[in-house]
Amino acid sequence: MKVVLHRRYRFSASHRLHQSAAAGWTEEENRRVYGKCAHPYGHGHNYILDVSVSGPVDPATGMITNLPELDGFVEREILAEFDHAYLNEQVAAFRDEVPTAENICRVVFDRLRAYPHARLEAIGIEETGANSFEYTGE
Amino acid sequence: MVYITRKVEFSASHLYHNPQFSAEENRRVFGKCNNPHGHGHNYVLEVTVAGEPDPRTGMVLDLKELKGILQREILDRMDHRFLNYEVPELAGKIPTTETIAMTIWTLLEPHINHRKQGRLHRVRLYETPDLYVDCLGNGQ
Repeated sequence: MKVVLHRRYRFSASHRLHQSAAAGWTEEENRRVYGKCAHPYGHGHNYILDVSVSGPVDPATGMITNLPELDGFVEREILAEFDHAYLNEQVAAFRDEVPTAENICRVVFDRLRAYPHARLEAIGIEETGANSFEYTGE
Repeated sequence: MVYITRKVEFSASHLYHNPQFSAEENRRVFGKCNNPHGHGHNYVLEVTVAGEPDPRTGMVLDLKELKGILQREILDRMDHRFLNYEVPELAGKIPTTETIAMTIWTLLEPHINHRKQGRLHRVRLYETPDLYVDCLGNGQ
C-alpha cells in the first residue's frame, strides 16, 4: 500500500523578480514581464512549504519517518536560511536564478532529496492563499 | 476519468506506545504522544473516488451512498473513540496517521470497489492542518 506523509512548514521571506542587464534584460522588459514583482526593493510573502515523503510504514512505530527528524532536517536545510531573509541576496542559489515560487520549489526539492529516512515525493509552495506550486523532481 | 472527493470530520483520542520498547525508548521515539492517558485530534478525512460518470445519472457514484458508507464504516467506528482501545481494527497497532489512513482504506475498499463505476483512489487523513497522510492503495 503506497502511503505518503505530508508536513507543512511556514517561512516569511522577501524577494524581487528581476533579471539583470548582464543577463540581457532591460528595465522595461522586467516591468512588462514581472510587473509589481520587479519593484526595486523587493516585497515579501508568508510562504507555506508542503514536504511530502513516502516509504514503508515501520510496524514497530507505525511511521514512515519520525517527525522530529524530518522537522529538524527541514529546519536546518531550509527554514534556518529562508525564514525572514531576502531570498535574492541571502540564499546563494537565487543570486543567479530568479526566486519565483517555481524556482523555490526546485531549490528546496534539490536540498531535501538528501533526506535519509524516506523518499522525497514532492515539494509544494503556497506563495499566497491563491497561488500554489508543486514540483516532483521530474 | 473524474475524481470526486467527500470530506468528513471525526474527533478521537490515541496514544503511541510499543510494549516491546522500554519506557525510555517509548519516550524517545514517541515523545509527547507516549502520554499514557492519550490525547486527541479533530481529524479531517477526504475520500476520493475515481471513475467515469454513469451516462444515465451523470454520477461516478451517488454521494448519498458514499456519505452512508463513511458514516457506517468510519464515523460510527472512530468518532469520539479512544482509537487504541475502542477500534478493533487498530488493536495492537500504533495508531499514527499513517496507520489510521491505511486502516480506513482497508475498511472502505470493499464497499466502493465492488460496483460497476468508481474505484477508491485516495484516502487523505489530516491529523492537524500541518500533518496529513495520503493512502493510495496498491500499485499507484
